[in-house]
Amino acid sequence: MNRYPLWVYVTIAVALVLGALYTLPNFFGEAPAVQVSPARATLKVDSALLGRVEDALKNAAIQPTGVFLDAAGVKVRLTDYDTQPRAKDAIDRALNPDPQNPGYTVALNLLPNSPRWLSAIHALPMYLGLDLRGGVHFLLQVDMRAAIAKRAEGLAGDIRSQLRDKNVRHAGIAREGDSIVIRFRDAETRDKARAIIGEQIPDLLLTDASLGGELRLVATIRPEAQKRTQEFALKQNIQTLHNRINELGVAEPVIQQQGSDRVVVQLPGVQDTAKAKEILGRTATLEVRMVDEDNMNASALAAAQGGQVPFGDEFYIERNGQPLLVKKQVVLTGDRLTDAQPGFDNQTQEPAVHLTLDATGARIFKEYTRENVGKRMAILLIEKGKGEVVTAPVIRSEIGGGRVQISGRMTTVEANDVALLLRAGALAAPMEIIEERTVGPSLGAENIKKGFDSTVYGFAALSLFIIVYYSLFGTFSVLALCANLLFLIALLSMLQATLTLPGIAAIALTLGMAIDANVLINERVREELRGGATPQAAIHAGYERAFGTILDSNVTTLIAGLALLIFGSGPVRGFAVVHCLGILTSIFSSVVVSRSMVNLAYGSRRKLERVAIGNTAWK
Amino acid sequence: MEFFKIRKDIPFMRHALAFNVVSLVTFLLAVFFLYTKGLNFSIEFTGGTVLEVNYEHAAEVEKIRGTLDARGYHDYSVQNFGSSRDVLIRMPLKPGQNSADLSKAVMEGLTAADRTATLRRVEFVGPQVGEELAWNGALALLITSLGIVGYLALRFEWKFGIAAIVANLHDVVIILGFFALFQWEFSLPVLAAVLAVLGYSVNESVVIADRIRENFRKMRKASVTEIIDNAITRTISRTIITHGCTQTMVSSMLVFGGPALHYFALALTIGICFGIYSSVLVMAPIVRWLGIRREDLVKPIKEKKQEAVV
Repeated sequence: MNRYPLWVYVTIAVALVLGALYTLPNFFGEAPAVQVSPARATLKVDSALLGRVEDALKNAAIQPTGVFLDAAGVKVRLTDYDTQPRAKDAIDRALNPDPQNPGYTVALNLLPNSPRWLSAIHALPMYLGLDLRGGVHFLLQVDMRAAIAKRAEGLAGDIRSQLRDKNVRHAGIAREGDSIVIRFRDAETRDKARAIIGEQIPDLLLTDASLGGELRLVATIRPEAQKRTQEFALKQNIQTLHNRINELGVAEPVIQQQGSDRVVVQLPGVQDTAKAKEILGRTATLEVRMVDEDNMNASALAAAQGGQVPFGDEFYIERNGQPLLVKKQVVLTGDRLTDAQPGFDNQTQEPAVHLTLDATGARIFKEYTRENVGKRMAILLIEKGKGEVVTAPVIRSEIGGGRVQISGRMTTVEANDVALLLRAGALAAPMEIIEERTVGPSLGAENIKKGFDSTVYGFAALSLFIIVYYSLFGTFSVLALCANLLFLIALLSMLQATLTLPGIAAIALTLGMAIDANVLINERVREELRGGATPQAAIHAGYERAFGTILDSNVTTLIAGLALLIFGSGPVRGFAVVHCLGILTSIFSSVVVSRSMVNLAYGSRRKLERVAIGNTAWK
Repeated sequence: MEFFKIRKDIPFMRHALAFNVVSLVTFLLAVFFLYTKGLNFSIEFTGGTVLEVNYEHAAEVEKIRGTLDARGYHDYSVQNFGSSRDVLIRMPLKPGQNSADLSKAVMEGLTAADRTATLRRVEFVGPQVGEELAWNGALALLITSLGIVGYLALRFEWKFGIAAIVANLHDVVIILGFFALFQWEFSLPVLAAVLAVLGYSVNESVVIADRIRENFRKMRKASVTEIIDNAITRTISRTIITHGCTQTMVSSMLVFGGPALHYFALALTIGICFGIYSSVLVMAPIVRWLGIRREDLVKPIKEKKQEAVV
């Protein structure tokens, strides 16, 4: 009655072998490595790149333990942390002859030290969370209202050009909040305009209105179009963040959407957090607008300084302290920008930023410069809703070809920064850091040690007690608990779940809770023995009767674990994942694995006089 | 080895009233402290900035306060964290302040005052996040409670579901009461610990409920009180040993886990200690008080099945 069919033993053996295989990579640790990935989509990852990296290392007399080529780029594994920065510099110099315009991103990284056959079956070490390996975590909130407002501004521009093309005369177009107000002199023109806009821009919902005898057409963005705009803004921001982070040269960054308007950014191993935050947090976009020459007289400027800004204008102060009235209407935004490089002005040798525009941008720029020769145009850098006029040059002649130069009392460093910000792309909507966690590498290593220590010492004390208290059955229980630990770590490694310090605490706690099942079984077996059952019958009844209880109690624990998983965030989620998986593995190991050992030891004996489960000889 | 050689059933139910009074008093005290002192929420809930700074020698907290005062910061708190060489600086949220600038400015001040100061960790949480976390935490607690009541009602009887959740929510309130009384920091890991304890101490109630059900089948002549007493007595050794084992693990975390796991392990310790007490001495009297009967648990159909097997 206490025998398992062969297939049960085979299943357990297979599970244990798989568990051991997938746990194994965690023991090899990680080796310092350098990772090379292309910074531009046009550059290919091929064996030629591999050869260049190998040559660079040979020239620098660095002996790598392995150079690998994969879809993302080339990875070089090194022996120690001293050669890591040297190797990085050597590869960087060889691949990027022009440091101002790097073709490849060269970053420090860690690679699993496990043998190749393990990696081949996808047995990889657990992924360590930032609290264990050090790094930065940001949670960014996208300002969706600003995204909608920006879209409305763009649509107002579209309406303006549509009406101009069709020769419909309006008395003014202005954005008010999220809606666009178009004023007319007569009802007939308004009808005509409504028909044109309705046909050309289906994203807008048009309603008639009149204010003080003035005829108006109010256009609002349809809800579905608003939703589309928001989704697009989020996607564009994530893309932009990718570009900016590539500039930082981080290995394995995590950039993910969270909820409908948030982005999580995790940069493992980054220590210069100030620089990272500056690059991420700055939400600069470029805007090219015209200076309102009609109002650039002393009285209007004085009034504007006092807060009386003329309709359709915005007031700025130039870097040299000159006041400036700039039209709200945007000629060109940073979206049209394909490249921005720091450099110097050919004539004055002042630091400058050279911009390259895409085809549409180049055409718009050419048109505007042709029509506005002799007038001034302002180039603005918009950061967090606040604009700054970088420069406001006079247009001397038509500028074609899409090559523009910004120069205006910048230092070399500023020119570099502006170029980097612009090159990294425009954000569709401003973002704000609403959560930040930075963990130094020494703290991470310490956290691993502390988590490991508390698990090991706790487990040792618990094992000792259980073995002494339940003798052979106790030994089986402890072995089952070891199997549980093996399964849990193997499962976490297979799923590539992120291990955090609360996760390690959850492993320890799961072990402490999983013993409950074996205590229940062992107590029950003792009770049956005391009640006069034969040893074989007692073992059988003990396992059978305890199983229902074990299942019920684990289900209730699992309910709490799942609630944590669903509603938890950050550190709680790391805890919940391990906790839930641990409950599942513990049911299997404490019931099936421990029983298999008991069955192997006692099941085949016909005349079993007594079992080693501690003293039960009292009545 | 055997610790528990109990020959006669212990008459737990005779003292049910006394136990109920004890738990009511602890419960009311916990509520009192929660109301008067409130929880000391970590910045994860309130928003703000925390900096952990390490020195090569023992940190001079007074000097650090002086440096911060000189830079015009208010409402901050500086305290040792883990060892005498580590300090934790907490700063409240200020409108219009950028977290990047704040941590940079503070570190500039501290390194100017003492070269050996190194930044170990920065945490910044904006005001949008905290409220959401508190709400999600409350929701998780509610869902867990409902889930457990539902499951126990399905597997046993609604009376057990109610009794178990009352007993265990009473534990949760007492843990929170301790955190309020000593003003220990209530952080996200502590919340996780509280919910884990809730799920874990329900185990206790399940084990006893299971025994009560079994006893109703086996002890046909016995009264409800005798049945409950017997169920508790029979499972008491398992209760103590399991909790002892879990507590061994938790104590190890308390000793070796360092400051990051300190309050997490502390919450678990309180939860485990009160969990034993509440599921044995709070849950069982409530079940009796709710009027549990043999018919509630022993369904006629199940009887037949049982006999067919035997």
